Amino acid sequence: MQYWAIQTLNSLALGGLLFLLAAGFSLIFGLMRIANLTHGALFMLGAYLGVSVMRQIPNLWLAALAAGIAVAIFGGLLERLILRKIGGNVLGQVLVTLGVSFIIADACLLTWGGDPIPIQTPPSLQMPVRMFGFVFPAYRLAVVVIAVIVAVVLYLLMDRTRIGAMIRAGVDDPQMASAVGIPVSRLFTMVFCLGAALAGAGGVIGGPIMSAYPGLDADMLPLALIVVILGGVGSLLGAFVGAFITGFVYTFGVALLPDLAYVILFLPMILVIAFRPRGLFGKFAA
Amino acid sequence: MPFTRRRFIQAAGVASLGASLPARAQAGPIRLGLMTVKTGPLASGGIDMERALQQYLQEHNNTMAGRKVELFVADGGGTPAQTRTKIQELVERDKINIMIGPLDTASALAADDYIRQAQLLTLSVAAAEDMTQRKPNPWFTRGTSTSSQSAMPLADYAAKTLKYKRMVVIADDIAYGHEMCAGFMRVLEDNGGKVIQRLFPPIAVPDYGTYLAQLKTDVDGIFLGFAGSNGFRFVRQMNEYGLLKKVPPIGGMTALDEAVLRNMGDEALGIITSCWYSAEIDNPINKKFVEGFRKQWKYDPGFYAAATYVEAAVLDQTLQKIGGKIEDKQAFMKAVRSGKFDTCRGPVQFDQYGNVVGNVYIRKVARKEGRLVNTVIYTYPNVSQFWHYKPEEFLKNPVYSRDFPPAKNLEQ
Repeated sequence: MQYWAIQTLNSLALGGLLFLLAAGFSLIFGLMRIANLTHGALFMLGAYLGVSVMRQIPNLWLAALAAGIAVAIFGGLLERLILRKIGGNVLGQVLVTLGVSFIIADACLLTWGGDPIPIQTPPSLQMPVRMFGFVFPAYRLAVVVIAVIVAVVLYLLMDRTRIGAMIRAGVDDPQMASAVGIPVSRLFTMVFCLGAALAGAGGVIGGPIMSAYPGLDADMLPLALIVVILGGVGSLLGAFVGAFITGFVYTFGVALLPDLAYVILFLPMILVIAFRPRGLFGKFAA
Repeated sequence: MPFTRRRFIQAAGVASLGASLPARAQAGPIRLGLMTVKTGPLASGGIDMERALQQYLQEHNNTMAGRKVELFVADGGGTPAQTRTKIQELVERDKINIMIGPLDTASALAADDYIRQAQLLTLSVAAAEDMTQRKPNPWFTRGTSTSSQSAMPLADYAAKTLKYKRMVVIADDIAYGHEMCAGFMRVLEDNGGKVIQRLFPPIAVPDYGTYLAQLKTDVDGIFLGFAGSNGFRFVRQMNEYGLLKKVPPIGGMTALDEAVLRNMGDEALGIITSCWYSAEIDNPINKKFVEGFRKQWKYDPGFYAAATYVEAAVLDQTLQKIGGKIEDKQAFMKAVRSGKFDTCRGPVQFDQYGNVVGNVYIRKVARKEGRLVNTVIYTYPNVSQFWHYKPEEFLKNPVYSRDFPPAKNLEQ
């Protein structure tokens, strides 16, 4: 009983982390139709920036905010200065994002070195929570709460604001959107910044669990892809549901069928691709 | 004897031959290749390898046995294909006489046939068991340790000194992790202990939470067979789940290396690991090495730094024995494999398969001058890759793996 409760909480925590990772990826993918392969690297860059900020001001939330802003600016520049130049060439853009991710990874190695660097859990969340006779790390519960808050804020942004309506219009039909006067170009930059900011802040918030280390980018990118393909490209709800499904499938899959640890993450994705190529909530196939 | 012209010419000829022959053979510098990793996830260790080797060369004025040493460094990125290409470059373009490296097991295995084909003298760091066991490569010598060479003494220590009877083992799901766990389990169970749970998380597992939830807690300890940053992440997460006090961890040679220790906190205190090296080993060579390394880089050398420093010492002392003639490959290999060497890890020699026989240290994490260090609490002298088993019988068994030796005592 206790075991199942802990595994359920584990699933939720992993799902929360995956949502923070994948939400921005899904938005960019949905609007711009490019799989932004720098996303894992931006997550890692965020984590490392968080490390540096926390060396000055040991506050995780401030560090997440600062890293989010810094990575957003980086993302905006990347979109404006590079991706824009090869607009329309989707394959080229995807390749560029892959190349930039390598550059980020090696720049991080150069700047922060090759050793794993821990990110301290906020003091108030360091003690494990005791409930119903078992213990669970408080910080992981906090990650779930943060994921839900971010999801709600993003939902309100997308559903209740003018900008959100424009983004949705852009996702549904970019040509029609620009035809009716929506500044799709500016929208692209904005969404790219937002996506990058989520990745950067996610890196810091994931930090106390994952730490910052070389290779974090390559570990995270496939997870973002899985969540988005499962949930549906460009759908916030899809990213949310996809993240938690992935969290549950992974946690319970590994616990019940340890020998399938490698494929278990991809099983739901394969099923979705086979039977519902546009994902659970997507508008079009990835 | 009358001094004739003929005699004079003979004498002069012999004298000039004697003077010029070795001079010609030793005219050029020794071309030393370092096959390391400077980009990607393994870069931390790879950069340390280069730093320590540079330090050794500087300390010896870039000279070994009277010959200048020229260093060529190649970055394999930790990927077998790239490493193999780079080794070929080192051999064919840079014309190296000898290679130190590669760092990782997969790359070493990928390069195995090329090393044989090119007859490339190799002093390796990679731990793959069979490269010095069932499929020994005549040009391959390892001065560090096989995967299980440090794990088997730790099992002995756990069974006899710590009196651990029931244990969990967990390791990265790669050959290195399997080999370490297998060796640990075999020795523990031969000494009356039992491995009741065995877990192999994928090497890039996003989170250990699901494994920690499964962990059996009615045990005496858990063996950590992790490499890179995984040991560090696992210990931190054990602490998060409040398990560190309940299930004491003990670790293999890469679980809590000096390289990760410097970024850890009090959660690591008291954890016991085993390795063929510790920055705390008390011998003059190591003291000088650690002091120099600390002075230049501001941190303690660990596994990878010590690895190249040991290999460089082996190379240097072998060359002195054979008069610097590295071009005679057969003689070089013979001298390496029959020699005794003083290194920062203590005295070492090699078995007929090319693997090191040397001390293995049981270490405990403690705080010293504000930083965490692996203090040496016990020394197993002259440990061979076969532990106390007879080499012939050891080699009759299959190589250590997930399936061998079979785990007989797992509990559901």
